[in-house]
Amino acid sequence: MKFITIDKKDWAKGIDKSRRTYQLFGPVKDENGCKIKELDTGLVPDMDYHESVMSAKSVLFPQSETLLTASLNESVEDHHIMKRAENAYTPRAVLGIRPYDAKAILLVKMNFDTKDYRDPYWCDAYEATTLVGLGITRPGPFDFSTSVGCGPFCEDGLDILMADLDDHYLAKVLTPKGEAYAVACGFDAAADDKESQALFDILRKEAEKNIASSVETDKLKEKVLLDLHEAPFWDEVAFSCINCGTCTYVCPTCWCFDIQDETKQKESSRFRNWDTCMSPLFTRHATGHNPRGVKVQRVRQRFMHKLKYFLDKYDQGIMCVGCGRCVKSCPVNIDIREVCQTMNTYEKKD
Amino acid sequence: MENPYMPYPVRIDDIQIATEDKSLKTFKFIFLNEGDEEKFAYHAGQFAELSIPGVGEIPIGIASSPVEKGFVKFTVFRTGVVTSHLHNMKVGDIMGIRGPLGNWYPWDKLENKNVVIIGGGFAFTTLRSSIVYMLDPANRSKFKNIDVVYGARSPGMLLYREELFEWEKRDDINMHITVDGTDDPDWKYHTGFVPQVVEQNAPKADEDTYAIICGPPIMIKFTQPSLTQLGYKPDQIIMSLENRMKCGIGMCGRCNIGKELVCKDGPVFTLDEINQTPKEY
Repeated sequence: MKFITIDKKDWAKGIDKSRRTYQLFGPVKDENGCKIKELDTGLVPDMDYHESVMSAKSVLFPQSETLLTASLNESVEDHHIMKRAENAYTPRAVLGIRPYDAKAILLVKMNFDTKDYRDPYWCDAYEATTLVGLGITRPGPFDFSTSVGCGPFCEDGLDILMADLDDHYLAKVLTPKGEAYAVACGFDAAADDKESQALFDILRKEAEKNIASSVETDKLKEKVLLDLHEAPFWDEVAFSCINCGTCTYVCPTCWCFDIQDETKQKESSRFRNWDTCMSPLFTRHATGHNPRGVKVQRVRQRFMHKLKYFLDKYDQGIMCVGCGRCVKSCPVNIDIREVCQTMNTYEKKD
Repeated sequence: MENPYMPYPVRIDDIQIATEDKSLKTFKFIFLNEGDEEKFAYHAGQFAELSIPGVGEIPIGIASSPVEKGFVKFTVFRTGVVTSHLHNMKVGDIMGIRGPLGNWYPWDKLENKNVVIIGGGFAFTTLRSSIVYMLDPANRSKFKNIDVVYGARSPGMLLYREELFEWEKRDDINMHITVDGTDDPDWKYHTGFVPQVVEQNAPKADEDTYAIICGPPIMIKFTQPSLTQLGYKPDQIIMSLENRMKCGIGMCGRCNIGKELVCKDGPVFTLDEINQTPKEY
């Protein structure tokens, strides 16, 4: 761990230099708001952005990703035999990622990198990725990250954490991956470690003070899973939901996916797409039977997964980093903070 | 660790129509690559994804038994896109199998116990695998009494009929075959629904007796009271669940019942375990 200073005048030049070995991703504004996109040559990340509409999860978990391919042409020797799609896992860096999005990647990792199975697509992308974070100095009104084990200067999952100091960035290099990226950019102006850390601490405290919203999760662990599942409040929570799935797509920790096959002439491919537990098709059996066929069952599934099942399964906190995107994007104002509060304080009546 | 999405290439070696209405067919597959059969080593009760390039994958219980070597067998009901495609495929066609997936019936726990197997309709595939496994000369002595209650709508809808009637003749397994109804005057087995046949024929529970149930939800629902009446406790009732699945390895998120994933933590659960999860199956 060490600190370096990066003069903003050198920023664009430095990251341009890193393009020789890294594919770059970062926040870019367009007519639909700010998104984390691949930065083609000449495109610089918008480091002044507030919040991105979508999280950075797509860098490791694209909305659509080819897994396997096969030729259906029977004159080819290995027809109908599937092969891994030739995706490139060149080193890549995500610039200006928010700390809550980096923390979310660690939560998603628990799903894709397990003791029984390793998802090679996600894991290979993860190995290839360096996360260069930017601390949040002006948190938005929906941010409740500090109360869910994250925060505006949280270092979990990051390789570098930077603080914006007007004319320069102060960067804390946290991992060997981060160090390699700094070298690739030619950023090597060492800063005093002690002073820099003190400054980081001040910035973090200032930023945390500006976070106005929070949730309480302390009692979720002790609640009986079936009591919460059968609690009477779910109808009210789900009443206004239109099952659009926006909350699941904008969420940095939602990882559910669908697998589909497609054929173009004699070439077939199997790919995965982001899926959503808000869709009735997500669970519908081929017979038509559907264990979560009713809206309230699906809304309950999403909150129970994030706030109870995940907690009980991994004992690593809830499956939420407090970015507030789902609250901000929900067309009918369903608020995970309220649901969490309701669950946390629920007492079963006998 | 290998790519868990990659199926083993197989060739369809044989296709048999399994029921009189032709809605079920039994497919026998041979692995194309040497060594893949060993890698696919499975236990009775597990399932696999049958994988057709360009069409899709379906999770199906393994109907062959670990003691049968050289091939794997699956009996498939024609119902959706992939199963319909599969029903139209021919001997010699190449496709894939991904697995084995999920857990299995608790064979270690069942050693030196009486085992009652209860199946209905076409949910008899992994039960067939289990029976063949238990009756294997190398294994039969590991178990005490074996009772089987198996029912279908009509005689022609019973799966694996020849084997059933052969098992009927043996003295080391008690078969209770039943059909909902039949106009065959020579039908010499039971007539009636599975729950009542269970109540009248299954052994009463004691500490050393376990029941394995596999069938449509309605059969399971009405068989549970029969077993309870016979004294079976929730941890002596073992069930295999089905839910919609895609990945089969606990990652895609759809098959959960509470925090348990049917594909990876299941499909086999005791009733005791199921009683602690939401009934989302």
